[in-house]
Amino acid sequence: MLLTLLAAAGLALLRGRNLFAVVMLAGIYSLLSAGLFTVMDAVDVAFTEAAVGAGISTVLFLGALALCGHHENKPGHTPLLPLFVVLVTGGLLVWGTMDMPGFGDPANPVHHHVADHYIEESYHEIEIPNVVTSVLASYRGYDTMGETTVVFAAAVGVMILLAGRLGRKPRPDGKGDGT
Amino acid sequence: MREEVIVRVGAKVLAPFIITFALYVHFHGDYSPGGGFQAGVILAAAFALLALVYGLDAVQKVLPPRFVRACAALGVIIYAGIGVVTMVLGHNYLGYDALAEGHAGQHYGILGVELGVLVTVFGVMVTVFYLFAGRGRRTQ
Repeated sequence: MLLTLLAAAGLALLRGRNLFAVVMLAGIYSLLSAGLFTVMDAVDVAFTEAAVGAGISTVLFLGALALCGHHENKPGHTPLLPLFVVLVTGGLLVWGTMDMPGFGDPANPVHHHVADHYIEESYHEIEIPNVVTSVLASYRGYDTMGETTVVFAAAVGVMILLAGRLGRKPRPDGKGDGT
Repeated sequence: MREEVIVRVGAKVLAPFIITFALYVHFHGDYSPGGGFQAGVILAAAFALLALVYGLDAVQKVLPPRFVRACAALGVIIYAGIGVVTMVLGHNYLGYDALAEGHAGQHYGILGVELGVLVTVFGVMVTVFYLFAGRGRRTQ
């Protein structure tokens, strides 16, 4: 049911030319994905998806829309070559999944590396009921620190791109910054 | 949107609850879904809502762009600093057991690093939002 709605929202996203409607549909798409994650018991992921995908990115898209107008131009080329590339790539990806073990099979190798230990022992070792938090912040503390640094680096990148003149006044003679 | 009474009052009423909810998500991350990342995003969303309704200037008076930029860096420092503290106390880097006897150290450590994540994510999200929202105004 949710997947059907997701597919419908995705198709509407592709067809739409009014960017405001497209942004709203993208938010709905995120919210539906969050619902899907909840159904699959990945509540933490669903929470993040709802907050980031449906919340902040919709606002950022709206901010971008205010800059570039509400209508998407018709593409100037035929969609055949991109369609071909997409079909080939998609086919390769599907072909690649053939070798993967069955979805949700408890005997899959991914469930028997360290996951058993985390699920059985984390309450005794960390005494925190939420396994996701204990894995994220304690067992995998280095990774999370790296992620935090990546988020910070992303902000630095956006600042460099969008706020080139931060704190500097543009030159009165109209020339650039003289790079 | 500046003239809509319902939107203005609604945003004013909702904002404190959103901020409280963000703190709840952070401090209750040990027991329920959520943590620093989600809390930071929710906190940033509260200020984005206020900025959309009351205008960017009003929010930037409360949260100057300098301050949120500093927040983005401060969070990483908090996270890495906790690692240094545990090292100074004689344990591994980010070995939270150094912080207190028994398992309480894990609690403090996790809350601390999640606080770092919260501060960074909040600072980053608000900075990016400021940049997007402020850009159109400057060029026009």
